[in-house]
Amino acid sequence: MSIVTIERKVLERNDEVARQNRADFQRHGIFVFNIVSSPGAGKTSILERTLEQIGPDLRIAVIEGDVQTDFDARRVARYKVPVVQIVTNGGCHLEARLVRDALAGIELAGLDMLIIENVGNLVCPANYDLGEALKVVVLSTTEGDEKPLKYPGMFLNASVLIINKIDLLPYLNCDLAALRGNALQINPALKVFETSCTTLAGISEWCGWLKGKVSGKP
Amino acid sequence: MHELAIAQGVLDIVRQYVPENEAGSIHSVRVRIGRLSGVVPESLDFSFEAIVAGTPWQSAKLQIEHVPALSQCRNCGAEFEIEELAFRCPACGSTDISLIAGRELQVVEIEVEDGK
Repeated sequence: MSIVTIERKVLERNDEVARQNRADFQRHGIFVFNIVSSPGAGKTSILERTLEQIGPDLRIAVIEGDVQTDFDARRVARYKVPVVQIVTNGGCHLEARLVRDALAGIELAGLDMLIIENVGNLVCPANYDLGEALKVVVLSTTEGDEKPLKYPGMFLNASVLIINKIDLLPYLNCDLAALRGNALQINPALKVFETSCTTLAGISEWCGWLKGKVSGKP
Repeated sequence: MHELAIAQGVLDIVRQYVPENEAGSIHSVRVRIGRLSGVVPESLDFSFEAIVAGTPWQSAKLQIEHVPALSQCRNCGAEFEIEELAFRCPACGSTDISLIAGRELQVVEIEVEDGK
């Protein structure tokens, strides 16, 4: 028997394409975030509220990732922003190459912000760098306060946590303080927002923070 | 369930080191998987077996090296293993800790039979 030493990262090819994406984003001075959550947590609704609030002030483009259908791209397109839909046909996460291909359909020059909405999944997207500046994880109150402990990988890799659907708290057995505590136990550096896309609670705080990120340019 | 894609990634790397006509000489492929890598070792093993079955690479068996989640406290410097997802220093109680191991997802080495 002989041993061939390799010592290489399994996802090195993805990481290499992510580096190319990131270099393009930085060259054009675009703030890019990757928004992740389980299905139905409210990613697309948050994007809609975000586009309503800051769409008129900033030049924003959106990449939508879904397993099937272009429903989300059609929802976002109503806000008159460039949007490209990636259909993964069963794939449970976006990869850097898919984003790179989608970028061919977006004019990067002049953009302030690019939002990449990942496939609804709290596990797999955590492993795949797309070239974004940061990951935003959305967790809705209906999912329960223990979720950060059940899916630690995603909360470790995210920089921002949006706790969505807070208007439903009176009807749920979800302890908001426990949810926050569980998330911060895994990642004390998380920036936390509490939002409702129905009452618009917390949306202006989130949008204000985003505008700050854009003017700070990564 | 992205272990199938990860298994394909492992095989893609192996193919860069061993030509297809020598694939039968591969005894094992050692991979390193961190506790916090998001990969389920059993699923990866199953997926790898499934993609090499009936191919020249089917003699290759995955050997999985598990890496525990290790952390260092930024407050007191203690190093400790994170168990039960308690991201807190057991020595001083601080939550200001940095992860020093546990996210690995690497192909380490290939073991091949000589002269085959």
